[in-house]
Amino acid sequence: MTPLAGYLLVAALVFSIGLAGALTRRNAILVLIGIELMLNAANLNLIAFWRYGPHPEALTGMMFAIFSIAVAAAEAAVGLGLVISIHRHAHTTDLDAMTRMKG
Amino acid sequence: MNFIFYVLAALTVAGGLAAVLLKNTVHCALALTVAFAGLALLFLDLDAQFAGFAQILVYIGAVAILVVFAILLTKGSETPKDGVFSKTWLAGLVVAAGVFAVLGWAVLQTAPMLPNSAAVPTVSVQDIGIALIGRYVLPLEIVAVLLTAALIGAVIVAMHDKEGAK
Amino acid sequence: MQEAISFTPQLAASPIAEILWLIPAVPIVAAGVTALFKQPKRGAAATLAIGSLSVSLLLSLIAFGHVVAGWARGVAVREVVNFTWLQFGSTNVDLGWVLDPLSAVMLVMVSFVGLLIFIYSVGYMEHDENFTRFFCFLSLFAGAMLSVVIANSLLLLFMGWELVGLTSYLLIGFWYQKPAAAAAAKKAFITTRVGDVFFLLGIVWLFAQTGTLLFYNHGSGSIEPLALSALLTQPAAWGLTAAGAIGLLIFAGAAGKSGQFPLHVWLPDAMEGPTPVSALIHAATMVAAGVYLIARVYPLMAAGGLTGGATTALTVVTWVGAFTAVFAALIAVAQNDIKRILAYSTVSQLGYMMAGLGMGGVAVGMFHLITHAFFKALLFMGAGSVIHGCHDEQDIRRMGGLKADMPLTFITYSIGTLALCGFPLLFSGFWSKDGILEAAQHWSVARAPFYMLVFGALLTAFYMTRQVAYVFFDHWRGGKPAHESPTVMTTPLAILAFFAVALGAIGTPAWPWFRAFLEGHATGGGWSRFSEPGLLALMGTSTVVVFLGLGLGWRLYRGDAPAPEEPDVLEAAVPVVWRWLRDRLYVDELYGVTVIAFYRGWARVADWLDRRVWGGAVTGVAWSFGLWARLNRFLDTNVVDGSFDKGCEELSVGGGLLARVQSGRVQTYLRLLALAVVALAAILIWSSRA
Repeated sequence: MTPLAGYLLVAALVFSIGLAGALTRRNAILVLIGIELMLNAANLNLIAFWRYGPHPEALTGMMFAIFSIAVAAAEAAVGLGLVISIHRHAHTTDLDAMTRMKG
Repeated sequence: MNFIFYVLAALTVAGGLAAVLLKNTVHCALALTVAFAGLALLFLDLDAQFAGFAQILVYIGAVAILVVFAILLTKGSETPKDGVFSKTWLAGLVVAAGVFAVLGWAVLQTAPMLPNSAAVPTVSVQDIGIALIGRYVLPLEIVAVLLTAALIGAVIVAMHDKEGAK
Repeated sequence: MQEAISFTPQLAASPIAEILWLIPAVPIVAAGVTALFKQPKRGAAATLAIGSLSVSLLLSLIAFGHVVAGWARGVAVREVVNFTWLQFGSTNVDLGWVLDPLSAVMLVMVSFVGLLIFIYSVGYMEHDENFTRFFCFLSLFAGAMLSVVIANSLLLLFMGWELVGLTSYLLIGFWYQKPAAAAAAKKAFITTRVGDVFFLLGIVWLFAQTGTLLFYNHGSGSIEPLALSALLTQPAAWGLTAAGAIGLLIFAGAAGKSGQFPLHVWLPDAMEGPTPVSALIHAATMVAAGVYLIARVYPLMAAGGLTGGATTALTVVTWVGAFTAVFAALIAVAQNDIKRILAYSTVSQLGYMMAGLGMGGVAVGMFHLITHAFFKALLFMGAGSVIHGCHDEQDIRRMGGLKADMPLTFITYSIGTLALCGFPLLFSGFWSKDGILEAAQHWSVARAPFYMLVFGALLTAFYMTRQVAYVFFDHWRGGKPAHESPTVMTTPLAILAFFAVALGAIGTPAWPWFRAFLEGHATGGGWSRFSEPGLLALMGTSTVVVFLGLGLGWRLYRGDAPAPEEPDVLEAAVPVVWRWLRDRLYVDELYGVTVIAFYRGWARVADWLDRRVWGGAVTGVAWSFGLWARLNRFLDTNVVDGSFDKGCEELSVGGGLLARVQSGRVQTYLRLLALAVVALAAILIWSSRA
């Protein structure tokens, strides 16, 4: 197994763990935590490819990862703000109880 | 594959697991922090120093704190009565496992074809700065707008509704 | 018999022959116009009828005069006017009329007697509310009868024949509200129909054999010698020639119309009609049509026999006639209805006419027809006068002593009675009946008819005396007292009575003008004839017979007539015989159990077929349609609608199922997304691997 493949596998694993958390936990914040994990796994993927891919001096992977970190931060802020707002409205963060979009 | 890699990988994975499995939400947030740390160290291992430090600064320093604040503000520290996992947790687990299966399989299938330069890239911060202003100036500006919008939006969303006049 | 010197026949049509068709046409047109009148227009109807028949009488007299003038010049007139009515390929349907002595005599008789009866009817039917309809039918009848008389074409004769039958039906059933009258009309029509079927067969056969419908057609007519010789060579069944067979078929038709045994049953029942109808149709004219028909086709009937000799057809005619004469006279003895006695008398006299035709030829039979027409019409009208005067009473046991109350009627009635009985010398009936008896005496086949006819004469005298005694003598046994009839009714009686006497003069052996006229030769005869022993013996025989009958009748019935409820003198003497005679020798009952019962059975079978089989089939079809409709409804409701409803239901359920995906829970959506990604990735990798 090449080093790149190892890193990729780790990233896949973290991604899946994050996905599992996002899909199974009841608390909305935990879902956001899962999402953060997923994003981080993607970042790891990017950096790994930058390191082991051709032309690392083009900095493509690095740039992508940096921008991803910035966007993730912004998204976390907004998302958590929304959770707080929902909590103020419904007095709970339990996702199972929020079914107003039910068809 | 060196030893450092395995340690750091284990750390990250453990942190992630803990983050999704622990009952107490604050513990989850702290585990998340550990996971972030592990990832930062992995970045350092991959000779992406700037990314690693940026990870520490932004994720651990801002996002994790934000999560903790959010937990505290939403009384997340109280454990709910009927379990922290949803009733249909198995379906979610299966889906996630499926995703991992696909990804892992893809990786393993294409492993021989993956690029593998051993040379360490010589990239300095100056290069990153020049790239940001030069080639990636548009994304930079957009991200700036995005951050501004996110800031304003988060404030408005989370703000209390005042009674009477604004 | 004297040697007949034939005149030269003249065949070209004279002016009067050309317009001969007017004679029947005018009364028919009058009938048509009268049919359009409403009932209250009585005066117009009567005037139209009498006027039209007067025109016919005038034309008939002119025609008669023309024929007599020709005869006097030594020319045997037989003028025909023929024309083709229809053409089918090479077959022609011809109509035409003929003016010869036979038709001329008959024309005058029919129109004259008819006119008198029309005038009589004005008085008789005065109180009837259907006066106009009566005269319409009378005119129609007169026209039809006259067309039978002048017909030279079998088809025209048959058309007139049927029309006469129709008007007879209409007039017998004139008072149709009476069930007896309606039944009598039906009976008359159906019985004559039976005869008419055979008549039609004869017509068709004759037409087929000879190729023409015309009687006389300048040598090529169907009863002219050329055609007759051809007919004689054709054999038919049972040893008959075609001529004989056709003759018998035609006689069957004549037998129906003229009331010969066994088709006589309708005549007595026809008395349900008004008395003028009985007088005109069932005494003088329509029943005479059968005799006239035989006289018309006499060459056919006599074909193959020697001059004056007997053929099979004529033999049959004679026997039937003789038998009918005696048969009907026997029944007449025991009847109590004044009109029924006269009806049976008519049947009997028609038998005499047929016998006369069969044995003695056209002149003998026709002479009796002419004289009979006058005195029988007289008798019927006299009976009508009696009925009218006795306030519609018809049973002779409830009359009596009318000679004082109704003198005119009595005198004329007596004249008619004596004429009918054949009272010697003075009355026409004697001379005409004697002509028949003379022919019977010299008949070559058998002598039995002579004795039968003599016996019949005895009976005739007997029953007529009985009737006169009951009606006019002794004392009144009825309800309200009787009165004489008005002049409009008694005047025709007087006229007819005159002719009942006077007509004898043209047929006496001393001056046999009638015979000479009809047969187209010079009048022979002369007073020397009376010195022939054979003739004197015959005249003596008939005189004796008449007086015997009169005397017997007078002896039995003069004096105290029994009350209506008590039995008749003869009845008391021979009750079984009386009962048989009174019940008309059970001929009607025989028909009832044979023919009528047969038809009833068939009618039941047909009804069963119609109701069960055809009706059942129709019902079955309708039922199957109903079943089909029910099946359709079932299919429509359950299959079509049901499937549609089920489909909609399934759609709804499916929609419900699908809607469950929208649980409103974010994590569910996320899972689905992840699942989709997995699937997509798998597909991409898989396809890129291949």
